[in-house]
Amino acid sequence: MEHVAGLANLELTEEEIDVYTKQLRDILGYVEKLQKVDTTGVEPTYQTIDGTVNGWREDEVRPSLTQAEALSGAKRVAEGCFVTENVFEFNKARPSVTKAGPFLARSNRDKYNAILTEIFNTEGSDLSSASLQSAERSDPSRIIGHKDLFLTKGVETTAGSRVLEGFLPQYSATVVEKLEKAGYRAKYKFNCDAWAHGSSGENSDFGATKNPWSQEFTPGGSSSGSAAAVAAGMVDLATGTDTGGSIRLPASFCGVTGLKPTYGVVSRYGIVAMASSLDSPGVIGRTVEEVEKAFKVMAGEDERDATLSSKFKVQSSKSSSKFKVIGIPKEYFSAGVDDEVKSAVMEAVSVLKENGFKIKEITLPNSKYGIAVYYLVQTTEAASNLGRYDGIRYGQDRSFFGAEAKRRIMLGTFASSAGYSAKFFEKAARVRTLIIKDFENAFNPPAGGVDVLIGPVSPTPPFKLGEKTDDPLQMYLSDILTVPVNLAGLPALALPCGFTKDNLPIGMQLIGPRWGEEMLFEVGKVYQRLTEWHRRRQKDKKD
Amino acid sequence: MEKTYITVIGLEVHVELKTASKMFCGCRNDPFHALKPNIYTCPVCLGLPGALPVPNKEAIEWTVMAGLALGCRINKESRFDRKHYFYPDLPKGYQISQYEKPFCVDGKITIGDIREIGGIRKIRIRRVHLEEDTGKLMHRSNTGNTSNTGNTSNTGTKDREQVTLVDFNRSGVPLLEIVTEPDIRSAGEAKAVAQKIQGIVRFLGISDADMEKGSMRLEANISMFKGLALPRQGQALPNYKVELKNINSFRFLERAIDQEINRQKKILSCNKAVKQQTFGWDTERQELKPQRVKEEAADYRYFPEPDIPPISLSDRQISDIRNQISDLPDEVFEKLLKAGVSEQAAKVISSNKAVAEKIIGVIGVIGEIGGDNNKEIRDIGNWLMHHQKLAETASAEELVGMFRREKAEVVGDEGQLGKWVEEAVTENRKAVEDWRQGKEAAMQFLIGQVQRKAKGKADVSLVRNMLSSKLANDL
Repeated sequence: MEHVAGLANLELTEEEIDVYTKQLRDILGYVEKLQKVDTTGVEPTYQTIDGTVNGWREDEVRPSLTQAEALSGAKRVAEGCFVTENVFEFNKARPSVTKAGPFLARSNRDKYNAILTEIFNTEGSDLSSASLQSAERSDPSRIIGHKDLFLTKGVETTAGSRVLEGFLPQYSATVVEKLEKAGYRAKYKFNCDAWAHGSSGENSDFGATKNPWSQEFTPGGSSSGSAAAVAAGMVDLATGTDTGGSIRLPASFCGVTGLKPTYGVVSRYGIVAMASSLDSPGVIGRTVEEVEKAFKVMAGEDERDATLSSKFKVQSSKSSSKFKVIGIPKEYFSAGVDDEVKSAVMEAVSVLKENGFKIKEITLPNSKYGIAVYYLVQTTEAASNLGRYDGIRYGQDRSFFGAEAKRRIMLGTFASSAGYSAKFFEKAARVRTLIIKDFENAFNPPAGGVDVLIGPVSPTPPFKLGEKTDDPLQMYLSDILTVPVNLAGLPALALPCGFTKDNLPIGMQLIGPRWGEEMLFEVGKVYQRLTEWHRRRQKDKKD
Repeated sequence: MEKTYITVIGLEVHVELKTASKMFCGCRNDPFHALKPNIYTCPVCLGLPGALPVPNKEAIEWTVMAGLALGCRINKESRFDRKHYFYPDLPKGYQISQYEKPFCVDGKITIGDIREIGGIRKIRIRRVHLEEDTGKLMHRSNTGNTSNTGNTSNTGTKDREQVTLVDFNRSGVPLLEIVTEPDIRSAGEAKAVAQKIQGIVRFLGISDADMEKGSMRLEANISMFKGLALPRQGQALPNYKVELKNINSFRFLERAIDQEINRQKKILSCNKAVKQQTFGWDTERQELKPQRVKEEAADYRYFPEPDIPPISLSDRQISDIRNQISDLPDEVFEKLLKAGVSEQAAKVISSNKAVAEKIIGVIGVIGEIGGDNNKEIRDIGNWLMHHQKLAETASAEELVGMFRREKAEVVGDEGQLGKWVEEAVTENRKAVEDWRQGKEAAMQFLIGQVQRKAKGKADVSLVRNMLSSKLANDL
């Protein structure tokens, strides 16, 4: 463990090492099941970009930041340079460990703790001025907010972590700019699990977000503030990112509509990276129409994201009236799924059946390995992506990482370290190929395939705050029905489809083949015309 | 009896490509001429949150070009990988590099004299790959002193704060890495290999490969074992290697390797094992110094870069790149020798890209090598050696014209020349006396005197011959 911590450039206390040793042993015990999967002759999958190659640029000089801008985030500067401790001391263990304790000193701006930062419409803020000047505004009335993973120039962006507290980005995410240009007005930055690591919002270093339907419950994560704010009516729409379910799960727990787009359709440029081969920026709103509209603004090429250059952007050539066959993956209704959830989703299926859709049971036999694959691929990439946070150029140093970030950095560093990479990371990449094949078979019409899949988003209704925080593995299993979609780079739309007897939202997801967003919107709109779930509002209890 | 040792040396050569923009972003690639630190940076090369790399097509094509020039096989399917380690000059905590599928593999270069039997040595190239350079570190204490990264001398005291300044102008500059097999057997050979590589990348026009400016950097791995014969292919090499770093000139490379060979010989002759270790070259003291590095073996946790799609090159793309390669130094050298140009002139011309390109043009103007053309090619070759500046600016046609005009005007009439020689010897008795005392410079002086009379048009070699015999006869 100490060796791994060294590789990860983390300093852990003995206490932490004890805890992580036990937890990593549990998780590694769980992923052991991958070793039994036969992957002979199966190529590993590292990217889901339709075989795209040569995402390169011409050799042209573009403007740089000014020296002042470059240095603006640094704690110490001298002679136009960043300053760090003497480099010969850099790799030596430092004597004292600053332990980042719970940090709640931030003033809560709303009762659900959904908002981290309010964007004021002041002069000098690039965001607002760009918006006011924009002649292309299509819908000026739409108020939106961004998950705090989206960089907003000059407006604090924390990724929900103390490491980035106070960070004022020198640039804005492509998606932030696109929405701004289209006339959406960004008003808030929303709370989330730190670095998007989490299924409940409880990993935010700035305190958990509460579920507007009942404040004892989690809103789901990691785009927790985004979903809660839409559900509570603070904004019309909110951006989110979905790496393993982080848009769909909170949308489902908060009774709102959320889209996880095809991997490679929405630019990731300027969005704090969690796991690069899985991250899908998307959007949460109340209705499919609203989500669709915003998606069309967000989607499309960006020369700054090389994974966006897929040539296979053709939407399904079928006319919408032909989206008629809905697949029910039997694994998504298996024993582990809560009865109330199951019956709400099956009820939705019968609504669609009554309106002319054919229903067909299909099987995704390898989806049971989804979590194991996910927690190896995702942690490996996340550990790598978090390497840049050293406190020299911006933010605080690595001792400010919270417990979950450290846990994932440790797991990912271990899974990709020499001697273990083949057994863990690479094996996971091969099983990932099998999971993709399952979906390809399901969506292959000549082989009796279907147009769209329907299943629950989460195996359970919203759970209580604190219920799973001591058991990371149980928390990870909340994503069991969402992660296969990310591993395959597919689009999925989460929709409210009922309520528990305690009046907590239940959500289902429509899953399409790559580039099948149109189809999801089509079916989703039909469903929302036939049902009222997405219109239901929480009663404003005195809380 | 003295024991014999075989030296096994492998070289790693890093070369900065001189593309207009950096490897993964549009920042200007010109760290050496930047007027201030941190002015050629952006979210990508500063490693800001959310930034993504987009590879520079030109840098990829140049890497393939270098691979082809080094006789490599080109991997049509390749990709970038992340190489992880932590250092303040590496902003992302990983370097985008290539691991399993580099662009070029299995090449070779030759060193030594091509005209001697057994004079040629073939050095295999293991791989040529593309990666990104790091930022630059400068060390300061509050006394205001600066030292470079390579200088590990410890001048710090406890109360003096030692800090490191970081400049990211160089961060993300495309960096070519050329790795040889351990086929090199001596310091001299190592130097020859490095110079050969420098010549090739300069000829390709893809790098300045300037050791002093740091756009070419060398690392050598050295181990030794007892024996008489060179190891055959497949034979086990010693189980250790000593790395030599921070070498910024060919001369220092030779010195550093020789020092290290002597050090290892001493250890081995006492029947002790040489430790695996890294040394840095201390330019001031002209000696190797152990570098502080982590004891445990490096674990870079390589995995495929998920932010960049794989690179796939068609046969057509590769042959297009091959067609851009003009004559390389070796080829020019051989052509010139074939035309009868002196070895010295051939060497000088073939090591200067601009002049070499011009002589190839000149050959084109005159016609093919061979037959009657050779005499003129030879003469122009020898003439160009003394007119390199001119060769760089004038066109091939102009050069041929100038040469022919100059030749036509030369006074080669022995009667006229004899008169001037006679006068020069009579008028400069002191110089004649000096020459008789053995002062060679006096001959030059006398030739100069003849030239003055001839207004610079005298045929120098003829004048020299006539002066020599005149002076000898006068004895």
